[in-house]
Amino acid sequence: MGIRFDSVTVAYDGNVVLDQLDLTVEPGEVMALLGPSGSGKTTALRAVAGFVRPVSGRVLLGGRDVTDLPPYRRGIGMVVQQYALFPHMRVDENVAFGLRARKAAKGEIRQRVAEALEMTGMAAYARRHPRELSGGQQQRVAIARALAIRPDVLLLDEPLSALDARLRSGMLSELARLHRELPDVSMLYVTHDQVEALTLADRIAVMDKARLQSCGTPKELYRSPADEFTASFVGGANLVPVTVGSGGVSFAGTELKVDTTGVLAGARATLCVRPHLVGLGEGPNRVVGTVTEIQWRGATHRLYVEVDGHSVMADLRELRNPPALGDAVALHFAPEDAVLLPAGVTHE
Amino acid sequence: MLVHSRGAKWAVWAVFLLLFVPLFALPLLVVLGASFATHWSSVLPSGLTTANYRAATRGEALQALTTSLLTAAGASLLALAVGTWAALAGAALKQRYRRVVDALFVLPVAVPSVVVGLSVLVAFSKPPMLLNGTRWIVILAHTVLVTAFAHQSVSAAVTRLDPAYEQAAASLGARPSTVLWRVRLPLLLPSLTAAAGLCFALSMGELSATMMLYPPDWTPLPVLIYAATDRGALFTGSAVAVVLMAATLLVLFALSRVRTRASYR
Repeated sequence: MGIRFDSVTVAYDGNVVLDQLDLTVEPGEVMALLGPSGSGKTTALRAVAGFVRPVSGRVLLGGRDVTDLPPYRRGIGMVVQQYALFPHMRVDENVAFGLRARKAAKGEIRQRVAEALEMTGMAAYARRHPRELSGGQQQRVAIARALAIRPDVLLLDEPLSALDARLRSGMLSELARLHRELPDVSMLYVTHDQVEALTLADRIAVMDKARLQSCGTPKELYRSPADEFTASFVGGANLVPVTVGSGGVSFAGTELKVDTTGVLAGARATLCVRPHLVGLGEGPNRVVGTVTEIQWRGATHRLYVEVDGHSVMADLRELRNPPALGDAVALHFAPEDAVLLPAGVTHE
Repeated sequence: MLVHSRGAKWAVWAVFLLLFVPLFALPLLVVLGASFATHWSSVLPSGLTTANYRAATRGEALQALTTSLLTAAGASLLALAVGTWAALAGAALKQRYRRVVDALFVLPVAVPSVVVGLSVLVAFSKPPMLLNGTRWIVILAHTVLVTAFAHQSVSAAVTRLDPAYEQAAASLGARPSTVLWRVRLPLLLPSLTAAAGLCFALSMGELSATMMLYPPDWTPLPVLIYAATDRGALFTGSAVAVVLMAATLLVLFALSRVRTRASYR
């Protein structure tokens, strides 16, 4: 079952927190809503669940308008950051809750609870209470509870944010496996973590300031972002203001070779290059600047180099002899690794 | 620990004992001592006896104890039902209206209980609402007096209740009534039992409004104690007071056992 946002606007006391969202999640697709806090992504999810009422626009589930339906009649599975397991019920009772609320037959309840716990690897913990489980186990139970009602749509609201980093990557592959096992379930996955979105999602909707900024597959957004916000939020990027010439751009008085197809000569644009595609030393498309900061990150060194008043980041494989602060260094990048974006806040 | 040095800890203990013992413990010990005595003319009571207790646990006193227990149980159950209902309803209201509801429920506490007793008496002395002369007027007055406490402690707990639980339940397909009975009320159970205990204890000790209202066949224990001391039977009154205290503590203890089992974290 797909999800469709049809120009959905949500406002609290005249304060717009979601501005005319148009977005379609195809049946069986994993859509990540990615954005910083306050971007409206959680509001969008809550509008699907039925916990916020849009002031205008419609929410459709599988073609059915659910905008006016109360949450309990929408048939949606939901998993939230803080698990929200019922503390007074055992794990199996938690998982059975949705089935009991739907008055399923006893035998069916038993079978589906066992199935859901099996799927999330929590079968051995059925008789425990939530307080006796670790955070990761609690989140598995929460997922089992949401899956037990066999929803067509699963909403995940920052499901991994409360877990530590190691557990997070484990749960991420678990979620990917669950999705392979349940190919018909559409998932709407709200996160502020681009790694989660890039790993899990079929498509990513990038949100900022209550609006949808761009939407596309992870590769599209990473390789050819459409705007400055998407470029920097998905994967991180060097964004510098340039003026377009013929067959290249000029930045800080240097001519750089870049594909300028579709951009008028003389126009202002933003040059986007991923930090790990920037090299140290001489090469094509070379700029010179001063090292202002060096961060050693184990496998890589990140250099911050000031070039004509603009900070440029370079992620380099661990350097044997890293430059010192204040050194003048040359940086370069391959013409095909650069993307030209419409001029935005970088020019302000 | 707020106080770290050993000396300071001793000092805090000394201040605590100096304040606590005379103010809280001593009067209770005096009543306990008096309840076993026939005379108290020197420092300590004399003429030790258990006759006071024999008098305090049969006949009139026993009946008054039953009356008090029934009144307190009835009043606290009613207060709990009304207070919880109002607290849950109030939580769904807008801030402005919630304040009005809160203020209404605090009113019987803000007003002296004598006034509450008088107003209940006046209000229910004429048909069609003629309760005067029956046990119901006592139970009603106690309910009015203790509902404020039930409402207050339950509504504090309702405010603290994480909406994530009810939302999770709703998303799983539970209707509002199911959410209430299977999720919200069980989660509120610890504060519900606490509120019940508070109401029960207050009702067990209520005297001023009761005095104006009680019919001859429904005499609660505090009235009996007052009457005994009023006619100078201090030692019998003390024994009845100890029985009242013990009965109340016993019920509170039982309630706290329920509460321990109902608290989840």
